Parts: sequence; structure tokens; C-alpha cells
Amino acid sequence: MSPEPRLVEVRKNVLKQNDMVARALRARFRAAGVFVVSLVSSPGSGKTAFLEKTLTLLRPHYRVAALVGDLATENDAARLACSQAPVKQIITGTLCHLEAAMVQNAVDEEEWDLSQLDFLFIENVGNLVCPSAYDLGEDLRVVLLSVTEGEDKPLKYPTIFNSADVAIVTKSDLAEAVQFDSEATRRNIQAVRPGMLVFQLSAKNGQGIGEYLGFLAARLAESRAAAAV
Amino acid sequence: MHELSIAMSIVEMAQAEALQRGVQIRAVHVKLGALSGVVKQALLSSYEMACDDTLLRGSRLVIEDVPVVIFCPKCKVPRPLSSVQLFCCGECGTPTSEIVQGRELEVVALETQ
Repeated sequence: MSPEPRLVEVRKNVLKQNDMVARALRARFRAAGVFVVSLVSSPGSGKTAFLEKTLTLLRPHYRVAALVGDLATENDAARLACSQAPVKQIITGTLCHLEAAMVQNAVDEEEWDLSQLDFLFIENVGNLVCPSAYDLGEDLRVVLLSVTEGEDKPLKYPTIFNSADVAIVTKSDLAEAVQFDSEATRRNIQAVRPGMLVFQLSAKNGQGIGEYLGFLAARLAESRAAAAV
Repeated sequence: MHELSIAMSIVEMAQAEALQRGVQIRAVHVKLGALSGVVKQALLSSYEMACDDTLLRGSRLVIEDVPVVIFCPKCKVPRPLSSVQLFCCGECGTPTSEIVQGRELEVVALETQ
């Protein structure tokens, strides 16, 4: 006769390891005074073009750097290097998302002096599902959605929209051509994440990007003021 | 599809407990929130794969679904969310992003013999 099964309580967060690394990273970023922004979106929504523009426009006024995650190739890092900002490619191989340990390794390998940075951007692998569960130690998670993707994307991927702090509608220069319904998109974003801040912009012609950069500058100042208390 | 790496973490955790306690594990019980970003069916099939060549081989994964509960700022009470496409109070309709429950991805118990 087999003995009676016994239930042993354990209570362990499966992502505990990632969460611990992310917490340590966040503390390190905060101590160095660098504001960290991560970008998530589906492949092809314009993350890299948007980041390239962001780095180029911020660089004359702020010290910026970027980490960019992809399954393969260093193409994105090469593109971003045009902005003259320090850029490091993280190749994930078969992994569909970035994890906190990869960010930590990349920062350590580059030997960046974080205290000499104002902003660090982390571009996640293009994927609207898997990155949602992984904290990277960022201060702000930005989810991108391009006008060519369809207004109901937030309803189809509520988890990632819910895990993000700010939504950005990209490629607004194409809005008219694809008959993009801006109001419906905003409604859908608010349905899955009430109160979420939304910016609509074009990395190509620069329209609307100033407002977003102003927001980033304000958040950097707030974060430093809070750290100084 | 990150369920395989999640399943491997679960197996790793359970195996460490099994070794530490000197027991054999028949089942691992986990809580899975509707907003955890993990697909139940994919996790179940990944689990079997992850158990291969480990002490957990042949064990079961028992998943308890955890529905989303939000906090209504107007009613001042937690309320179950009826749809993840619409974050608002089911009683008064007030929109809210305050999530009380639903992001869980936890190992809660081990069934041993």
C-alpha cells in the first residue's frame, strides 16, 4: 500500500530570481541617478526608429545610452549607433524576451559608469506577450503601437498594456493613409489600463515627439528630486 | 512562448525542495493569475518536458487559476473583474487600474509521499 500523499506548503514566486536581480538593478540605477526606460511592442511597430530619434534629440542635452534586445543580428545596435550614443546589443538567441540578468550582464560588460548617464533605454525583443512578466529594473515601461497595427491591439494584448506605464502610438505620419481611428485606440487603451498616459507621434517627421521628450525630462527631474529627499 | 523556461524554473524549485526534504514529489501545485502572462495549456505541456531527466519525472502540475480582482476607488472595496478587456468596477462602472490579485505565478504546495 502506498502511503497517503501529503501536501507541503511552500509559497514561492516562480520569477523570484528575476525579481531579485531587477530589484538590485533598480536600486543601482537609482543610486547612480539614471532614469531607465524600457520599450516593448510587437515586431515592426517602429521601436528602433523611435529610439534612434529619441537618442538623437536627447543627446545634445542629456547623457544617454541604450541596450537593445533581439533574437539575432546586431543590426539594431548599428542603426542606433548613428545617434552617437553608446549602444549595446543583447542577443537573446531563442529567448523571446529580456530578463533582468541580461540587462545586468550587458551593463557590467560595457563597464558603463551609470552615474555619468541621465537616461538608459532598454529596447526589448519585439513581442507583446512574454516580456510582460519580467521586471528589468526600469523606472518606466513604454508600450508602442503603430497606426498600421489596428486599433484593437490593446484589447488583444491586455496583459502587456496593463504592465506598462505609458503608451505611444507611432508612425502617426501614416495615420491618414491607413484610416487610423485615434479615438478608438485611446478608448481601447483606457479600457485595459485606465488613466494611462498616451502620446501619438511620428519618429519620421518628429511630430509629437517634443511632448514625449518633455515628459521624460520631467520624470528624470522628479526621480532625482525624490532620491535627494 | 516563454512557458518552457517558466516550467523549468518550477521544476528546479520543486527539485531543490525534494532534495532538501528528502521526499519524492507526486505533484506541484501552482497559482496562475489571469494577468501573469503565462498560458495554462502551454505551461502544462512544457511541464512534462521540463520534468524529463529530473527527480520530478512522472509528477503532475496542478494549476489553480487566479481571477483578476481590482480595487474600486469609489466603492472602496475589492471587486472581481469580469473582463480583462475592461478594467472597471462591475457594480458602479468606475474605471480602475488598481489590481489586487491576478498577477500570481507561484508555487504554493508540493504533494509528497
